[in-house]
Amino acid sequence: MSDPEGLTPLHMEKRAIFGGRALPYLLLGPQLAVTLVFFYWPASQALWQSFLLQDAFGLRTDFIWLENYRDLFAQGDYYRAMATTAIFSIAVGALSLSIALMLAVQADKAIKGAGVYKTLLIWPYAVAPAVAGVLWLFMFQPSLGLVARGLRSLGVDWNPLLNGGHAMTLVILASTWKQISYNFLFFLAGLQSIPKSVIEAAAIDGARPTRRFWTITFPLLSPTAFFLLVVNIVYVFFDTFGIIDAMTGGGPSKATETLVYKVFFDGRLGGDLGSSAAQSVVLMVIVVALTAIQFRYIERKVTY
Amino acid sequence: MRNSIGLGCLAIAALVVAAGDASAQTEIQWWHAMTGANNDVIVNLANDFNASQKDYKVVPSYKGGYPDTMNAGIAAFRAGNAPHIMQVFEVGTATMMSATGAVKPVHVLMKEAGEAFDPKIYLPTITGYYSTTKGEMLSMPFNSSSTVMWYNKDSFKKAGLDPDKPPKTWPEVFDAAKKLKAAGHPNCGFGNAWVTWVNLEQLSAWHNLPLSTKSNGMDGWDTVLTFNSPLHVKHLENLVELQKDKTYDYSGRTNTGEGRFTSGECPIFLTSSAFFGNVRANAKFAFGNAPMPYYPDVAGAPQNSIIGGASLWVMGGKSAQEYKGVAKFFTFLSDTDRQVELHKKSGYLPITKAAYEKTKASGYYEEFPYLETPLLELTNKEPTENSRGLRLGNMVQLRDVWAEEIEAALSGKKTAKQALDDAVSRGNQMLRQFERTVSR
Repeated sequence: MSDPEGLTPLHMEKRAIFGGRALPYLLLGPQLAVTLVFFYWPASQALWQSFLLQDAFGLRTDFIWLENYRDLFAQGDYYRAMATTAIFSIAVGALSLSIALMLAVQADKAIKGAGVYKTLLIWPYAVAPAVAGVLWLFMFQPSLGLVARGLRSLGVDWNPLLNGGHAMTLVILASTWKQISYNFLFFLAGLQSIPKSVIEAAAIDGARPTRRFWTITFPLLSPTAFFLLVVNIVYVFFDTFGIIDAMTGGGPSKATETLVYKVFFDGRLGGDLGSSAAQSVVLMVIVVALTAIQFRYIERKVTY
Repeated sequence: MRNSIGLGCLAIAALVVAAGDASAQTEIQWWHAMTGANNDVIVNLANDFNASQKDYKVVPSYKGGYPDTMNAGIAAFRAGNAPHIMQVFEVGTATMMSATGAVKPVHVLMKEAGEAFDPKIYLPTITGYYSTTKGEMLSMPFNSSSTVMWYNKDSFKKAGLDPDKPPKTWPEVFDAAKKLKAAGHPNCGFGNAWVTWVNLEQLSAWHNLPLSTKSNGMDGWDTVLTFNSPLHVKHLENLVELQKDKTYDYSGRTNTGEGRFTSGECPIFLTSSAFFGNVRANAKFAFGNAPMPYYPDVAGAPQNSIIGGASLWVMGGKSAQEYKGVAKFFTFLSDTDRQVELHKKSGYLPITKAAYEKTKASGYYEEFPYLETPLLELTNKEPTENSRGLRLGNMVQLRDVWAEEIEAALSGKKTAKQALDDAVSRGNQMLRQFERTVSR
């Protein structure tokens, strides 16, 4: 929180003073209730389910302690899904954040038709993941897709049905496209809240646009960027299974099976609720750990 | 003003009468997975049944694709409000029948409801899939089909092949595909949908080879997969070899690749006989279909094919009155004329022998030979323990695992032998997991 150049305004007093205890808890109440109902309750259900062996209809239930977890970690597939998830999430996160930032910086400039441009960029966010998947599938479907035909005429043997790399590229592109709008919106808002006077002062001092961006705009955007990093991690880890399901179904030969897709696949299609629950618990632990690491190490570099 | 109040009163009175009328009827909920023309078939069936009597009202509702409908039904059962009738695809059979208490076997239903019911009137290759080894019918077959080979007669002519003599054996298919590829089909000489159904499940039955032990799982949950035999490996090796120059081209796990036939891209395509409606509507060329090819060096081949499609399961925990309605509806469905009409309208197979005979006698198959091909395959020979059907738990996921391994072989990551060995061992693990959950 050092501020050697004194660029940020005086620190505001962040703490509010309450007279009694009832009011603050009352104010916290709705938020706590929402978290309890929509997070702690389902999470505890998943935890409980992960210790059970149950048939799809729930007719017979056995308590089997950690057997679901033991089976899970004995599967080679599970580690492969972890590696796939790492590649997928780093690619989608990096691409969607950087492209959105670039677009936001361009849209922030005084250009003709900026309103239309911004609206168009925000639209994809209104598209449901599965629909986004189907949309991209149409373009890249080997025998019917427009883009696929173009690629083939260029001599690329485009075949996401058998080539794992092609399939991965496809789901990364679609997931990135889907998330760019959201990131764009926040980056744009972040850019617009940066006081113009600061940038003008730097310009007068002779700093060129690139330098102004990296030394002023980017650091001042860091709270937004940090927030988006956390949100994007959650997005790639949890919200992308619809796209994967619609486009590749995890294939070919598991090339696009991420952790969350495996949860969906084993639980919903396989009816193996115990293993699916165990996987979602592991997934939850991973995301909680990732978020904690981000807050612990990256947030230090953030200038509020 | 006075007049409109009077009208209002009339309307309310009418509503009350209508409501009173409805409550006297027993509602039968029917969840299904049919879209488009087949959805109309279902709605019409329900309407006809409802018009034919006054005590019961069948209410069909569409619940998404096959896996969605099944999951919706299972979730509803867990929540205590399952439908009365649920349409479940053939691969869900093991899951449904293992759920003792959650489902009511059809033979029990008919007996308890006092409805006349003779399991012998149905086509055995169809009901066999949904019956116990003792011949007790567990679910009512609804829409059944089998794998056939569709081919493009125009392309055959162009490639110098006889459009009225489609290839009969696999080696002939490979030769024809090579010629077709050279004559304007560079990306696909032949292909297929439902990769595991066609290349593992049907291939096994058609050559009288076991897909798994214990009569393909029908005699017990402790079944072990056996589809890594020399013939299975040879077939996959052939496909891998032909995939290299796209004489064969992989078209996905489900039927999303079927458009490659109707668009003219793939001149030979193996998929369900129920593809007929789609072909008739969309193919802009002369088309035909033929029985699945076989390997001539296998003694006794071809045997008979197995079915695909779906059946109607009756869910447990309903009242005797409701079950009586379901039983009456099933009798209504099995009526010969109704079956003949359903067969002609939907392209799905008739489920009774009488309906098949009647359609044949009417000369219908001379005009539409495509509709008879699957029936000729199914009845080609008396079914053996390898060709009665399949009963494997976790089948939906098993198919995906097998498809994954086939994909690995076709993309050159594994040899055909290795891929099938892995598909068998991974599948066996899943079968043991299923066995563990059902046999406690």
